[in-house]
Amino acid sequence: MNLKLLKLLSKNARYRDDELAAMTGREESEIRDEIKEMEDKGLIRGYKTVVDWERMDSAYVSALIELRVTPKAGLGFEEVAKKVMKYPEVESVYLMSGGYDLSVMVKGKTFQEVALFVAKELSTIDSVISTATHFVLRRYKELDVELIGSDKDDRGNISL
Amino acid sequence: MDYNKLLNPTVVEIKPSGIRKFFDIAETMKDVISLGVGEPDFATPWKVRNAGITSLENSQTRYTSNWGLEKLRVEIASYVKRKYDLTYDPKSEILVTVGGSEAIDAAIRAVVSYGDEVIIPQPSYVCYEPITALAGGVPVIIETKAENDFKLTPEELLASISPRTKALILPYPCNPTGAIMEREDLEAIAEILRERDILVISDEIYAELTYGGKHHVSIAAIDGMAERTVVVNGFSKTFSMTGWRLGYACGPEPIMRQITKIHQFAIMCAPTTSQYAAIEALRSCDGEVEEMREEYDMRRRLMVAGFNKLGLTCREPKGAFYAFPCVASTGMTCEEFCEKLLYEKKVAIVPGTAFGRGGEGFVRASYCYSTEHIKEALRRIGEFLEELKR
Repeated sequence: MNLKLLKLLSKNARYRDDELAAMTGREESEIRDEIKEMEDKGLIRGYKTVVDWERMDSAYVSALIELRVTPKAGLGFEEVAKKVMKYPEVESVYLMSGGYDLSVMVKGKTFQEVALFVAKELSTIDSVISTATHFVLRRYKELDVELIGSDKDDRGNISL
Repeated sequence: MDYNKLLNPTVVEIKPSGIRKFFDIAETMKDVISLGVGEPDFATPWKVRNAGITSLENSQTRYTSNWGLEKLRVEIASYVKRKYDLTYDPKSEILVTVGGSEAIDAAIRAVVSYGDEVIIPQPSYVCYEPITALAGGVPVIIETKAENDFKLTPEELLASISPRTKALILPYPCNPTGAIMEREDLEAIAEILRERDILVISDEIYAELTYGGKHHVSIAAIDGMAERTVVVNGFSKTFSMTGWRLGYACGPEPIMRQITKIHQFAIMCAPTTSQYAAIEALRSCDGEVEEMREEYDMRRRLMVAGFNKLGLTCREPKGAFYAFPCVASTGMTCEEFCEKLLYEKKVAIVPGTAFGRGGEGFVRASYCYSTEHIKEALRRIGEFLEELKR
């Protein structure tokens, strides 16, 4: 698969096919076919927009939950991870090395809503031993995109 | 006070750079989108910045040797060996300068005295002509041709050589044309120069920015040329270190000794913080340079395809970070084109004539900008061309 193409798309999913073709030095039709193929095979899983929600009135809150879990014989952490990821409140689930097992990003309308979700849903799952909730207070960078400051071009007016 | 009596007429006669003129207009306007800046938009790699900071923390804030830090010269020697197969003694053949610019100035001054000729291929960077004039020399211009991909040909060179020729400027990879000289092109040039006492001042500041798998070849790597060449290079373009003002010159000892005298009395030494940072750049930034190069390459392709699609013929630039499309098809001179484009669509690009008369018919557009920026500029240029047709 074309790594260059994936890198470009992961930076900006809205490049048009002709632009991608120009930048990678290939034919537009090849680009189209390849993207289609990567989508079909599940290599490309989706396209999303990086939003600075803090600028919206309807902002949401999110928290990183550390889950410590008892792995099941033969299944490891798979079973509980699959269960956790099904909740619509859950944005991401990672298996971690180190002090805890699953890292879970949870979002909700209010701090209370998130806290209740953790207390009622996550901590009551059989194999979950403990949870620790860390609320996100401010987002500075999201998916490689800086959310604060502006990219003002401060290059001087110079003759070269 | 009669300033005219006071001022040096050679200096007064030097025209300000044609690039400035457009920027000065652009600065008075709102929402201008510029493709004018010939400067990387990337920040200096963090570890290089950090090396500079660390040197300050360690109080390394004094002058260095006139030649530059020995550690840095040793790194430069190993870098140019590794990259371009050039062999220089860091003790006597490498001088650290304030940017490539200072190296060019000192090299020209070291060989040119009143009435001597310096051969300058154009379109090219704007400094060679005025520096030659300031040294009392006479610039002899070769107008390289689009049909030769703006390379310097042996025939053109031969026709420009006179008994007074002291130096040849070799500005490749070339700003603004994006032309490069490949090994066989250089062989043909070397063939002419080997039997003559002419110094080649090879401005290789864009050496690491070549595309399409073509690696830069230095003329000093061609048989018999090292002894008659001063290689000028620097950190600005390769490592995105423009503001650090650091470059270097490599050449045969008898010339370097004289160049260093000029440097010693005019400059003392290059900035110390920058020199410490530069050591880190040469040692450990191959990956970062490669990443930046790939990004430039993508922008380059996007821009070249964009111009061609708009009907402005744009040959593929093989080096540096500029596209040099032809605007002759619009029936305007390149200056008219740029001025009209600036006033009507607020896009700032530089007319080819800013780089010498041979640049007529062309404009320079830098791709040191994000792809979004480039796309917006191209969109406006497209609109401009559409409206011209009406």
